[in-house]
Amino acid sequence: MRQALIIAGFGGQGVVKAGILLATAAMLENKHCTHFPSYGAEMRGGTTNCSVIISPEEIASPIINQPDTIIAMNTPSLIKFEPQLKSGGLLIYNSSLIPTPPSRTDVEVIPVPANELAEKLGATRYANMVIIGAYIGRRKVVQIGSLKNSLSIVFPKFNAETASINYQAMEEGRKFSESYAK
Amino acid sequence: MQLLNKRPESLIDVPMHYCPGCGHGIVHRVIAEVMDELDIRKRTIGIAPVGCAVFADVYFNCDMIQGPHGRGPAEATGIKRAKPDTIVFSYQGDGDLASIGMAEIVHAAIRSENITVIFINNAIYGMTGGQQAPTTMPGQKTTTNPAGRDPKLAGYPIRVCEMLATLDGPAYIERVSVHNVANVLKAKRAIKKAFKTQNDGLGFSLVEVVSPCPTGWNLTPLKACEYVDKVMIPYYPLGVYKDITQSKSDISDSKKVLDKESVEK
Amino acid sequence: MSEKKLMKGNEALAEGAVRAGCRFFAGYPITPQNEVPEYMSWRMPQAGGAFVQAESEVSAINMIYGAAATGVRCMTSSSSPGISLKQEGLSYCAGADLPLLIANVVRGGPGLGNIAGAQGDYWQSTRGGGHGDYRIFVMAPNGVNEMANFPQKCYEVAYKYRLPAMILADGIIGQMMEPVEFLYPEIDPKTLKEPAWALGVNDGREKRRVNSYDLREGFLEKMVLARAKRYREIEENEVLYEEKMLDDAEIAIVAYGTSARVSIAGMKLARENGLKVGLFRPITLWPFPKARILELSKRVKKFLVVEMSMGQMVEDVQLSLNGRAEVHLHASPGASTMTAAELYKTLENIMKKGAKEYAAAK
Repeated sequence: MRQALIIAGFGGQGVVKAGILLATAAMLENKHCTHFPSYGAEMRGGTTNCSVIISPEEIASPIINQPDTIIAMNTPSLIKFEPQLKSGGLLIYNSSLIPTPPSRTDVEVIPVPANELAEKLGATRYANMVIIGAYIGRRKVVQIGSLKNSLSIVFPKFNAETASINYQAMEEGRKFSESYAK
Repeated sequence: MQLLNKRPESLIDVPMHYCPGCGHGIVHRVIAEVMDELDIRKRTIGIAPVGCAVFADVYFNCDMIQGPHGRGPAEATGIKRAKPDTIVFSYQGDGDLASIGMAEIVHAAIRSENITVIFINNAIYGMTGGQQAPTTMPGQKTTTNPAGRDPKLAGYPIRVCEMLATLDGPAYIERVSVHNVANVLKAKRAIKKAFKTQNDGLGFSLVEVVSPCPTGWNLTPLKACEYVDKVMIPYYPLGVYKDITQSKSDISDSKKVLDKESVEK
Repeated sequence: MSEKKLMKGNEALAEGAVRAGCRFFAGYPITPQNEVPEYMSWRMPQAGGAFVQAESEVSAINMIYGAAATGVRCMTSSSSPGISLKQEGLSYCAGADLPLLIANVVRGGPGLGNIAGAQGDYWQSTRGGGHGDYRIFVMAPNGVNEMANFPQKCYEVAYKYRLPAMILADGIIGQMMEPVEFLYPEIDPKTLKEPAWALGVNDGREKRRVNSYDLREGFLEKMVLARAKRYREIEENEVLYEEKMLDDAEIAIVAYGTSARVSIAGMKLARENGLKVGLFRPITLWPFPKARILELSKRVKKFLVVEMSMGQMVEDVQLSLNGRAEVHLHASPGASTMTAAELYKTLENIMKKGAKEYAAAK
């Protein structure tokens, strides 16, 4: 099934790279995929986002008007994208950094303490991996093994240890969302 | 009988269109002699400007290109980077180089492109009929300064050599004149040095030639030479403005790493 | 040929050009094409070529003018305002019969506009763009894979007929990432024959001249006529297009680039709702597939032009049809307002409610 996802956060949280990982995993599974980042002036001032579409069929435009899923890594991103989410869609937010939960009641909401889970693995920089792990835990758009294989493609400079921690972070996120009670 | 002088092989035997007393023909001949003497004709690509020297691409007996007004240094950059084993010269007038093409000449100099620029300063737009050039003298009458160039309204003349000499990039910059025999010989030495600078891979070289335009100035050829001597040269002093061809230290200094490491330590 | 790789449109375009033999690049920063010069800044030296960040787009196109004159495959890229600046140089390149590749990653305009994708430069691209009587070969990719694979075709046509070739993309195609497969073997420029007009080092042959002028009476006209003859040959031999579901179509959407992608989604939605819609996608915008569109009009009586400009390509469709079919327009100034649902609404208006010709325009 076609899945359209927007990942948003502030610069340095790795939201664009997280999107590239998902798209690469989809490519490895021979699915159609597009990744579209915010760019230019939209990137200035700290916030950034990317749109990822994964589909069994050809993808029309990479621009998403009504996302199936929103991943918000910080409060400004949640405020900006929450209203765009499709009714019945999935809203994953980084509860480590967003104190006020979303107000929408017509969507599924998963608060993921991404920074805390990442810190357990050594650093908050793995929060982006935790959160895409949480995403595929709930929406099986790609196999976690494909995500793992994407790591060495997207980050060719990672050594085995770094790759392993990133993979563990995805796993932590996946486990979290799979066991999260609605 | 002994042959003392002949037409340089680098100049084609066709009548030139330049007016009597014009400096272009002299400079063409000087460049051609230099090409012959350095034996670089078969690997030289010349660039003809827009302006009186537009037909230079007919006159020189080497590969030639003629392009948009003022863009010679950019064309030269493309040619030289694409074919580094060529010798590339851009022949430009004052409107071409110092007005519409100011960005191109400054940035080619900044990049120290390994090219040679021959810059003809005759203080007038000749081809279009005698309008104000960026190098037109204060008070000089032109078809767009009927009352003479008023710096308050039309600005001051620009001294190209002095300006470019402030940059780190250029290797050799000199201003010469062709208003009498002694100066023609000096001009030839400068132009030869400029081509040699390029041939030795030392970087950007430019020779400005203060040159008479009797037609544009409405003077006889002799009076035009006098005008060069008495009016222009005092404003545009002849001489070497930059020469680091002996010590390349300036160029290597500018390559010092000034990246963020210098503050991150 | 090669494995699939997830690439950004701009980077795929740059890599595609390198693989097609490009060894000189000059450009200037402008969003949304910055990845092209950024990529070339390391890729060119790696491939044994040269990269220059020019002081302006004007200068960049003139560096290309110089490099192209030496016969080296070269490229410049920019986005709309920068392409306007390059038009003078492009006219000289066309006048001097120089082959080169220029990419326009179109953004919103006129003026500074915005940095989103748009198709407002259609007229500028397909009508020459600069001064004088000339054409350039224009290809419109519909995604990253075509960005990667069109440079090779552009160089082929540019060198065969001696004219500039343009890849007309937009901000969306430039910025998006998609899986890419390079469909042609990498070209080693050393294996390419030096053109008979190329300037450079020689062993004493006749001098060569590259220029765009001839002031002798009647001579410029001869140059223009010879060029026009080559343009006719290009129109006969180099037209490219793609057709989808046109066999039973009662209406044909005509769209290129990003618009064509959205049109596929619109077409599917319409088919699900019982409308017989097909898609005709011009791949070359000049030469425009005039003859094929005219041929289609024998069985398709309605055409809907979909473009991210307020009615530019529609004129070429009308010229092609010469009154033989109804022409409608779905115009949207930018990509964010171009959706399958909107498109379906337009199709429904035409097919079910009998909207008058051209009335479908918003």
